[in-house]
Amino acid sequence: MEMQRTIITVVGKDAVGIIARVCTCLSENNCNILDISQTITGGYFNMMMVVDLSNSSKQFMEMRKELHDLGEKIGVEIHVQSEEIFNKMHRI
Amino acid sequence: MISISEVLETNKMIEQENFDVRTITMGISLLDSADPDVDRMIGKISSKIERCAGDLVRIGDEISAELGIPVVNKRISVTPISLIGGQLRSEADFVRIAEALDTCAANTGVNFIGGFSALVAKGMTPADEMLIRSIPAALSRTERVCSSVNVGSTRQGINMDAVRLMGQVIRETAENTADRDGLGCAKLVVFCNAPDDNPFMAGAFHGVTEPDVVINVGVSGPGVVKAALEECRDADFEELCEMIKRTAFKITRVGQLVAEEAAARLQVPFGIVDLSLAPTPAIGDSVAGILEEIGVEKAGAPGTTAALAMLNDQVKKGGLMASHYVGGLSGAFIPVSEDQGMIEAVEEGALTLEKLEAMTCVCSVGLDMIAIPGDTPAATISGIIADEMALGMINQKTTAVRLIPAIGKTVGDSVEFGGLLGHAPVMPVNRFGCERFVSRGGRIPAPVHSFRN
Repeated sequence: MEMQRTIITVVGKDAVGIIARVCTCLSENNCNILDISQTITGGYFNMMMVVDLSNSSKQFMEMRKELHDLGEKIGVEIHVQSEEIFNKMHRI
Repeated sequence: MISISEVLETNKMIEQENFDVRTITMGISLLDSADPDVDRMIGKISSKIERCAGDLVRIGDEISAELGIPVVNKRISVTPISLIGGQLRSEADFVRIAEALDTCAANTGVNFIGGFSALVAKGMTPADEMLIRSIPAALSRTERVCSSVNVGSTRQGINMDAVRLMGQVIRETAENTADRDGLGCAKLVVFCNAPDDNPFMAGAFHGVTEPDVVINVGVSGPGVVKAALEECRDADFEELCEMIKRTAFKITRVGQLVAEEAAARLQVPFGIVDLSLAPTPAIGDSVAGILEEIGVEKAGAPGTTAALAMLNDQVKKGGLMASHYVGGLSGAFIPVSEDQGMIEAVEEGALTLEKLEAMTCVCSVGLDMIAIPGDTPAATISGIIADEMALGMINQKTTAVRLIPAIGKTVGDSVEFGGLLGHAPVMPVNRFGCERFVSRGGRIPAPVHSFRN
């Protein structure tokens, strides 16, 4: 699996500084953000980032845990997944 | 680039609609483990299984974490044990093999191991018969071992001697595990046209046409299909079918991805993806729920068989293109105890054993996880098996029977297994007997393969 491209999704109640906190965490670990998109529906914040973890100082599983813990701290749900599952499901 | 709506759609399926990969099943050939000495045979079996499947659970969990999708079960299927037990001397030897398989399952961390099986569509070898007679003891002394017996096929007809024997074996297995509501019977399947590459328990075994080791994957997703259909409540069949196909495609693609990854990381060939819609007792993860969404008031109401036939066919049409190789059972499962909607349909009187039998004509796999009164005679169980086998034989499809005689219980009571196996209300069985039919012995000949009109 090409683990370079990773999808990070952040879902939760909208609040000030969510993107900043996630981006800070990524930059501290040398993860490059390739794309960001977000929507707010019914007061709920949905963000998706496409991230390159290939130069990250941490392994995939470590980053996954770190972001998960960050999400718990700031009250949002953060998922870290290989892009592959979305490509397989939505692209022929 | 993938869009945010696509990402959110996938994650909604996983988080809210119970989408998961039901099982990664590693098939392992034990043809090289035969030995006249049972201790040496156990040694060979254990070392082969633990060598091949040592990393199965770890890698399954790793793929699950990376993709963000639950891989619920990691399992093992092995060569039907009767095929390698030709030199064993007694039923007790077969029970020891079952116990060894149970230990291997525990050591590798898988929750089930299938293949305590015999293939006897045309006749039984002494080893086949010893294995079958050892099933009640084997299933009462093991936790993770699953057993299956193929008693018929379209090419060979139905072995009625084996059908009669299985009626007795099912009763005895229920009696031996009566303290656990007959749990042993939940791990025992009687088949017609059993596939060699089925990843789903309790009927999985590693057929002789398979390679040494192989990875098969079973997907699931009744909840996803139901949620998709909720969006087209007023649509006609054309639109409805299109939606089922699309959804099945998406589900199966993920199964294909998981299968490819598991095969590559375990350095084992990829076998097949099984396209079955496998329900769980979780709310919303129900095949009955889909049938009700299609428009019948309760599963079992008039229209149910047609709705199920359509559903089953669209799932195949959507799934076939999504996987490199499709196999196993590939169809909608209609187990009673494992499907909350089916349980409710039985409890409310909408669904009967006879209607379930009709439904098995158009989907996989058979009369599955059905609790029957504890005083049901063995001959009646054999009669029910014979009927179901006949459906499979004539219609050239897999059919199966997994009945649980609820010892000491009757209609109005229920049995409780917990977990994925769920609970089941005891269903009434036709009270007229078939003793003389079942006692005839011999075989029902294979049907004609031409003159299909």
